[in-house]
Amino acid sequence: MHILITYDVSTETSFGGRRLRMVAQTCKNFGQRVQKSVFECTVNPMQYEELVRKLSDIIEAKEDSLRIYRLPEPKDKYIKSFGINKTIDFDGPLLA
Amino acid sequence: MHQLLNTLYITTEGAYLHLDHDTLKVEVEKETKLQVPIHHLGGVVCFGNVMVSPFAMHRCAEDGRFMVLLDRNGRFKARVEGPVSGNVLLRKAQHEAMTNNQITISIAKNIVAGKIQNTRQVILRGARDTDDQQDVLTLKATAESLGGALSRLSNCEDLDQIRGVEGESARTYFGSFDKLVREDRESFKLNGRTRRPPLDRMNALISFIYALLMNDCVAAAEGVGLDPQMGFLHALRPGRAALALDLMEEFRSILADRLALTLVNRRQINKNCFIERPGGAIHLNDEGRKEVVIAYQKRKQEEILHPFLEQKMPIGLIPHVQARLLARTLRGDMEEYIPFLYR
Repeated sequence: MHILITYDVSTETSFGGRRLRMVAQTCKNFGQRVQKSVFECTVNPMQYEELVRKLSDIIEAKEDSLRIYRLPEPKDKYIKSFGINKTIDFDGPLLA
Repeated sequence: MHQLLNTLYITTEGAYLHLDHDTLKVEVEKETKLQVPIHHLGGVVCFGNVMVSPFAMHRCAEDGRFMVLLDRNGRFKARVEGPVSGNVLLRKAQHEAMTNNQITISIAKNIVAGKIQNTRQVILRGARDTDDQQDVLTLKATAESLGGALSRLSNCEDLDQIRGVEGESARTYFGSFDKLVREDRESFKLNGRTRRPPLDRMNALISFIYALLMNDCVAAAEGVGLDPQMGFLHALRPGRAALALDLMEEFRSILADRLALTLVNRRQINKNCFIERPGGAIHLNDEGRKEVVIAYQKRKQEEILHPFLEQKMPIGLIPHVQARLLARTLRGDMEEYIPFLYR
């Protein structure tokens, strides 16, 4: 399933900066950054549970906000993109 | 149902592949070219001078994702392999089937039957697609002679006879292969099948695609826990993945040859995509290789109906499904191995 993750992590304290980096890295492990605090991921139900657990362990409920949206499929029909955009289609040919 | 995972192909010389947390990252001259979460990948194929970090190798081996190192022309060089795993009882059944003449012949026969049937489909499709009456006649005659080979095959009693029919039908098929080419026939003339090295452009193109397909067939055999070296139709030889070659036979014409023809007929590949080496060897150049790899990956994602399982699936999954059917046959859960028949 395709999901969209957005977050606001408070960076008032140095712990906040650390949380921000950890959230970003965890999202990167499952998908790719599409905007500064926005990630798109394709995961199976098991990976989804794992991702949610990891992220909710990192954030501080009193200061941060995390939202996960489930995207309808097929992805390319429901996602329009404008402006600068350098995303990779992980299901397309992967060639470097 | 097993999911078709993507394959990461790295063709840039001097690229560096390494593990970054749960992602694989490709860097070229210290610049990140690509970063992919590892769960999207079934495996990695590296062409030529690509550096791979040990930890990336460890992780792939651990997860059972294949990692293959090929030379620039797609010839197999090495594979990173984790501990022997899978089902030991299945491998035992496979080895026992090898020594059982009846099972060996039945499997080999069905593989060759699948191969001939599929090549025949490719020829007939070519006959439908061309307007040249002379070509239509040649192709129809080839299809007929392949049909004859099929009926001779059913009377074969030993492996040598089966291999004989197979070789003969392959010669007939490649003999009229040129008639399937519609664009720039002059540049893409196939002067018989040549390999190691390929001596003309068409041979270079199909050899390269066979190498890609071969990796998928080895991965398919390994994936279901079969020993990829223990084949039935192909003779055992050290270092030769005989079972993967067996598995590949029925896909050669429909996956590889058809793809080569499409690329040429749509002019996605032209004569500038090749380089000639001293001694007459002809190889794809960097640009040509990229074009082929992208087309191959796209082709694998197209959906097709599996006639035996009556299920729609991406083409890339078919070798895996056939490997599973073979495993079932070896275990005795299925009476005969049923090859994939293209319609």
